Amino acid sequence: MRYLPLTDTDRSEMLAKIGAKSIDDLFVDVPAVAQLDGPIHDLPMHASEMAVERHMKARAAKNLAAGDAPFFLGAGAYRHHVPATVDTVIQRGEFLTAYTPYQPEIAQGTLQMLFEFQTQVARLYGCAVANASLYDGSTACWEAVAMATRVTKRKRAVLSGSLHPHYAQVVKTMAQFTGDEIADAQPAITPEVDLDGLIARIDEDTACVVVQYPDILGRVCDLSKVAEAAHEKGALLVAVNTEPVALGALKSPGEMGADIVVGEGQSIGVGLQFGGPYLGLFAVRDPKHVRQMPGRLCGETVDAAGRRGFVLTLSTREQHIRREKATSNICTNSGLCALAFNVHMTLLGEKGLRELAAENHRLACLAADRLAKVPGVEVLNNSFFNEFTLMLGGKPAREIVRDLADRGVLGGVSLGRLYPGVEALEHALLVAVTEMTTEEDIETLASELETLVKETD
Amino acid sequence: MEVAEDGMHNGPATTTGNRALMLEEPLLFEIGHAETTGVDLPEVDPEAPNRLGGFERAEPIGLVGLTEPETVRHYTRLSRQNYGIDLGFFPLGSCTMKHNPRLNEKVARLPGFADIHPLAPQATVQGALQVIHELGEWLCKLTGMPGVAMSPKAGAHGELCGILAIRAAHEARGDAREVVLVPESAHGTNPATAAFAGYRVEDIPATAEGRVDLAKIKERLGPDVAAVMITNPNTCGLFEKDFREIADAVHEAGGYVYCDGANFNAIVGRVRPGDLGVDAMHINLHKTFSTPHGGGGPGSGPVVFSEALAPYAPLPFVKKQGEDYYLVEEENREERGPSFGRMTAFHGQMGMFTRALTYMLSHGADGLKQVAEDAVLNANYILRSMEDILHAPFADSGPCMHEALFGDRDFGGDLSTLDLAKGLIDEGFHPMTVYFPLVVHGAMLVEPTETESKANMDQFIAAFRSLVERARAGDETLKHAPYYAPRRRLDETTAARKPKLSWTEDA
Repeated sequence: MRYLPLTDTDRSEMLAKIGAKSIDDLFVDVPAVAQLDGPIHDLPMHASEMAVERHMKARAAKNLAAGDAPFFLGAGAYRHHVPATVDTVIQRGEFLTAYTPYQPEIAQGTLQMLFEFQTQVARLYGCAVANASLYDGSTACWEAVAMATRVTKRKRAVLSGSLHPHYAQVVKTMAQFTGDEIADAQPAITPEVDLDGLIARIDEDTACVVVQYPDILGRVCDLSKVAEAAHEKGALLVAVNTEPVALGALKSPGEMGADIVVGEGQSIGVGLQFGGPYLGLFAVRDPKHVRQMPGRLCGETVDAAGRRGFVLTLSTREQHIRREKATSNICTNSGLCALAFNVHMTLLGEKGLRELAAENHRLACLAADRLAKVPGVEVLNNSFFNEFTLMLGGKPAREIVRDLADRGVLGGVSLGRLYPGVEALEHALLVAVTEMTTEEDIETLASELETLVKETD
Repeated sequence: MEVAEDGMHNGPATTTGNRALMLEEPLLFEIGHAETTGVDLPEVDPEAPNRLGGFERAEPIGLVGLTEPETVRHYTRLSRQNYGIDLGFFPLGSCTMKHNPRLNEKVARLPGFADIHPLAPQATVQGALQVIHELGEWLCKLTGMPGVAMSPKAGAHGELCGILAIRAAHEARGDAREVVLVPESAHGTNPATAAFAGYRVEDIPATAEGRVDLAKIKERLGPDVAAVMITNPNTCGLFEKDFREIADAVHEAGGYVYCDGANFNAIVGRVRPGDLGVDAMHINLHKTFSTPHGGGGPGSGPVVFSEALAPYAPLPFVKKQGEDYYLVEEENREERGPSFGRMTAFHGQMGMFTRALTYMLSHGADGLKQVAEDAVLNANYILRSMEDILHAPFADSGPCMHEALFGDRDFGGDLSTLDLAKGLIDEGFHPMTVYFPLVVHGAMLVEPTETESKANMDQFIAAFRSLVERARAGDETLKHAPYYAPRRRLDETTAARKPKLSWTEDA
């Protein structure tokens, strides 16, 4: 048992010191009904490093990795290149195996990183203050709604129909227990986001309006129009972004008047990982909202010798002080994922992020033009960043996705899977293109679609 | 000659502020430039097609970059300002800092796990779904519980999952209850969780021996109580002896029992919570099953459920049919049953699942039992090696489980628990958890875990004893410790009063 340093001699000596005859003496408070005699049956015994590695590799081998196929999936999780430096830095033991920086004198590495991360996120979002990260974009979205109800003392949240449906479901799941009222809608299957319809649903009881930017169909819209309408009724605008790389090319939500900006940071440094761990980003435009923010914050201060240093701060909002009056129940953040974001963003810098965004958009434009030429395929969007919706003729998109997978192409996300029961989206395929997509991949997808769509006509 | 301000070396102050291998590192924003980058990408072509809808960014973002060598150096220097478990003993009680095996890291990075998309066609991710399913089965067998929810993202998220399932189960039978009972020794997340789920929270006091007061619970139970949330082993380090009796009483009154399983590492493989009458319990994979929580997270908090609550588990979840695995999501409505909904965008912390399963397979059923036994042995060794010099409020309540609890009563004067903690830093140890749990004045909670050797603990005990002796002797120098850390005591009051939460040029 290679992870356990005690020897049998140690164990005997320690039991003697404790004054116990055997280890069982230390479990005397456990009632007999819950005591187990031997190892739990039906589970294997310990195994060597080599054997475990073999076991896990066999499972990994059953999956088709994104890098082994032409790959076009997005919808809230994106495949970007992660520089090798990111993974070597996060594997340094002083980062990987450190905990919450409760003792700031020996945790300045983590704390300074979080301060830099907060600055990067606030600037990317066009906001005053960002926190030190939450679990993921969808939970950050719920926290934003909860915060808006605290700030406005209203209980109604209006969700855009083109908010990621999983994010909308997280918000609705939580609200059914907190008593908040959630008004959501079906997405309008139009080349532009239906802002008028959204604005018409804002009233004097509305705590916040939640809009995704770019939205789940890939469309970009004018947030300032919604911000103005929301502010007129005393509501807050929550902007959700699931692709931070887009903000290297697009105006920031803060600049367009969003009060709370939240999103998924996975694109920068974190990787796909089958959905987690991801990185929830959370920022507010107005610094006066800071004390209503959920989660952890790192602040600058000085030490006893007058040197600059960093500490976790404003803990009076947190569960260990405020108990049932806390601004959230969360106890931790995605510290290591925040480090990955911080390192990748540092490698990119302003110049790199803009170039990365431009390259994503260039390839997406190329793909949209090529795919639009496939007979029976139509590009829905007037605007997009690196993701857009194809309307397919013939059989449902989810079957096309399966057929494409059989031909070794991971061709996109069928919107029917995300919106079960919405007939208008049964034939819609969401296609994402990043700098990892080659022109050859685009050609492969186009020609396979040509065959599949034709077959079903 | 100028002398370094802490007086420790009696050497000259350096121009750079560096001290040989201890290097000061400026903020990224002070050394980076907008035009510097550490990645090679195509230059932006101003003539390139643009479908951004007229919303392109005109103003600079305000980010800065470093080249690759500068980046490596920046973070390497920062890393050296940090204490991690790889460096030495990290005995944070209730946080459980144990060795993080590197095989876990290697496995999690296999492209077949790391480079797959959460919405990939299910036929292409059978191995990943199998891992989620297998890990869920391990958790069910280890806890003796029939159901599991894998999607919660961390311990506190798991608590919320368990409480929402309880709420959904009550509501399904038309029995809306309003109150959740939480013992005062509970994790701070417990009351916050119950409040977030829409419940009124009532505290239950602890007994003098550091356990939940059974009589007080029985007294309070009634038709308005939805659940009791109990941490077991509890935050005083003790096993809740009366758990089964509490559970029976709660069930009799129509309520459910939530067990905070944060300290499962002390009983894994030896005790099955299902046998104690638990209805829902989250398991912090990072604590019990060694996944790294660098900087605090990511965590992962799957929840195991009793028969009564299992049908309410959140979406998505994995089912097995023959040799195939598939996901139950919003799409297959008929199969979802009365699930209370979705808690997160995707399936949970897959990267932690692969690590945890790797760890479980490495230990096996025999090894996991040994893990619990060594963790408990180590904690009791610490308790009995220091109880003669330090107030150990519950030393007579029975053996401790995963952690040993001390209070500040026995070192007089104006020296505090905090001073002792900072003194430990100079001795080269990460301090224990301080001022928690709140039921003990000046609390010090020491959790060695099973991956600490006897020699390490003996060194820690010797250092701790010497600090207590210094404190008792009124050694005022402790008030200014640490002397040898990258920073001396930091001014937390100013940080909170005048929050400075991001970098600005003018500062």
